[in-house]
Amino acid sequence: MSGIIRKNAWVAGLLALLVVLLVATRMIQPGFGVSGLESIARAALPFVFATTGMAVVVIVGGIDLSVASMMAVCAVTAAVLMERMAGVPAILIVLALGLAMGVINGGLIVATRVPDIVVTLAMLFVWEGVALLILESPGGSTADWLQKSIRGSFLIPGLPNALVIATVCIAVVWLPIRRARLGIAIYATGSDERAAFRSGVAVGRTRIAAYGICGLFSAFGGLSLAALTGIGEPVPGPYLLASVAAVVLGGVVLGGGRGGLLGPIIAVFILRIVRTILTLLAVDPNVTTIIEGTIMVGVVMLGTAATMRGART
Amino acid sequence: MSMVVTDPPLVRFGRFLRDNPVIPLVVFLFVLVAVLEIMRPGIVTPFRAGRDGVISTFWLGNLIKFAIPLAMLAACQVLTMLTAGIDLSAGIVATVAAFVCATLSSIWGVGPAVATALLAGLVVGVVNGIGVGLVRVHPLIMTLGTGLIATGVLQVYQRLVINAGSEIPGFLTWLGTGRTLAMPNGLFLFVPFALFIFWLMRFTGFGRLLFALGSNENAAKLSGVRAWQVYVALYALSGVIAALAGLLYLGIIRQTSLSLANPLMLPSVAAAVIGGTSIFGGRGSYAGAIVGALIIRVLDTMLTLMQMPEGARTVLFGLIILAVTAIYVRITGSR
Repeated sequence: MSGIIRKNAWVAGLLALLVVLLVATRMIQPGFGVSGLESIARAALPFVFATTGMAVVVIVGGIDLSVASMMAVCAVTAAVLMERMAGVPAILIVLALGLAMGVINGGLIVATRVPDIVVTLAMLFVWEGVALLILESPGGSTADWLQKSIRGSFLIPGLPNALVIATVCIAVVWLPIRRARLGIAIYATGSDERAAFRSGVAVGRTRIAAYGICGLFSAFGGLSLAALTGIGEPVPGPYLLASVAAVVLGGVVLGGGRGGLLGPIIAVFILRIVRTILTLLAVDPNVTTIIEGTIMVGVVMLGTAATMRGART
Repeated sequence: MSMVVTDPPLVRFGRFLRDNPVIPLVVFLFVLVAVLEIMRPGIVTPFRAGRDGVISTFWLGNLIKFAIPLAMLAACQVLTMLTAGIDLSAGIVATVAAFVCATLSSIWGVGPAVATALLAGLVVGVVNGIGVGLVRVHPLIMTLGTGLIATGVLQVYQRLVINAGSEIPGFLTWLGTGRTLAMPNGLFLFVPFALFIFWLMRFTGFGRLLFALGSNENAAKLSGVRAWQVYVALYALSGVIAALAGLLYLGIIRQTSLSLANPLMLPSVAAAVIGGTSIFGGRGSYAGAIVGALIIRVLDTMLTLMQMPEGARTVLFGLIILAVTAIYVRITGSR
C-alpha cells in the first residue's frame, strides 16, 4: 500500500516540477503561451514514443538499446513507402514492421539466452544498417496530412494535437494490455522472473510480447519523426539515452517490475522544457546539448544510486 | 580410444576454444585470406597476376596499417569487457583526441597538443570510471552518455578553433603512413603497446584484479579488492588508449573531421568479441583481439570487393557480435 502511495507521490512530484518549469518558462519569456506549448509537444513526440517503448521493456526487466535504430528504420520505411502509396496502408505497414522488429529482438533474447543489453546492442547496429540499406541518404517524403496532423491545436482549442495523438496512441495500445493478463504477466516477469515462471506465467512469451510492444511504439516514434521532418533520416537520433533517462526519472526502476508509463511521459516533457528554457536563455545550442547530456547522465546516475540504496535496505 | 570421455564432444570443443581462442582464429583468418585470393586472384599473391613476389607486401602492409588503430581500440574493449563492462565512448574519445591534436598543433606546438589530446581521453575515462565504479551505472549506458557529452563538447570546441586551421604533426604522419622494410611504421607504436597490454593482463596485479572482478565481483570484493579504484583506473586507462589510437588514426587518415574514428567503434567491439573475449567478464585475450582486428579488416576488404553498401557492413558486424556471443553462451553453457 505504501508502495502505491509512494509511486503516485513520485508522479505527482514530477507533475509539480513540470508546472514549476512551465511557470519559469513563462517568466523568462512572457510571450510563451499556447504556440510555445504546441511546439514543445511537437518536438517531444518522438521522445514520448521512444520513452514509452523503453518503459515497457524496462518494466519487464530488460532494456532495449535498439530503440533509436528501430525508429530510424520505421522513419525511412515510411518516407519511402509514402512516395509510392497512400498514407494509411503505409502507416499500417510501418507499424507492422516495428512490431516485427521488436518481436525479433525479444525472440533473439529468449532463444539465445544472451542478456538483453548485449542482444539489443548488436541489434542496434543491425537495425542501423537496415535503415541505411533502405535509404542511403536522407530522402523520401511523407504525406502532407500526416505532417499537418501533428501541428496546431485545432482539434481541441488550447490542447496541442501532438499531445492528443500521443495520448490516444499510447492509451489504445497500452491500456487494454495493462488490464489484461499480459500486463500482469509483464509486471510479474519484471519483478521476479523465476517466481513468475513458477506461477504459470509464460515468461519467454511475455518478454517477446513486451519487446514487440516496444517495437510498436518505436514505429509510432519513427512515424512521428518522419512527420516532423517530412523526410526519412537513416541515422538514428539521440533517443536512446534520452529515453533511458526519462524512464529512470519517471520512476520506473531499472531492473523491472515497478513503475508506470505516466511518469516517464511527464519526465520526457520535463527534459524537453529544460531544453526550451536553455534556448530561451540564449544558450548556444551545442552547449545545450552538453548540458542536456550531463543532466541525462546525472539522472541515470541518481536513479541507479537510489535503486542500490533501495536494494540494500 | 582408451581415453575416458565424460564430457560431450561439443563441451570439450568449447573448452578447447575457450582456452586457446587464437588457434581457430588464425585458421579462420587464413581461410578468409584464401577466399579473398579466390575472389580477386593476385591481390595476395602477385605472382599469379604475373607480377613479382610470392606474397604482396603492399597488401600485407596495408592490412596491418589499417588493423592497428582497430586493434588499439579493441584493447579498450578487451580490458573493460574483462570486468563485464564495455567502453562505447572509445570511438568518440579517439575522434576528440585526433581533432584536439590537429587543431592545437598549429597554436601550441606539437608536444602540448599531444599531451592535451591524451589528457582529454584521461578525463573522459575518469568520468566513466567514477560513473561505473562509484555510482554503479551500467557501463554501456555510462559510456554512451559520456560519449554524447564529449560529442557536444567537441562541437563547441570546433566553433572556438574554427579559424585556427589544423596541422597534423609530422611524426604522426610518419607513424601513420611511413613504411620501414615494407611494413607500416605504426608497428613501432603498436608492438610496444601490445607487449604492454600482454604484460598488464598476464603479469600484473592490476590484470589479476580485472579477471577477478569479471569472474565474480562479490567474491573479489569480499577478498578485499577496492572495486571502485580498479574501475576508475581501468576506464581512465581505456580513455588514454582510445586517445592514443585516435592520434595514430589521425596520422593514417591525415584529415580531421568531427566523426573521424567513430566508424571504428563497432568493429572494435566486434574484434574483441571475435577474439574470444567474453562480454560477460572474466575471460579474454588480447592476442585474440589482434587476430580479430585482422579478420575484420580482411572481411572489410571482401565486402568492398563485393561492392556491399555501408549498411550491409553494419548489419554484418552487428550479426557477428550477436552470433559469436550466442555461440559462446551455448557452448560454454554460462552467461
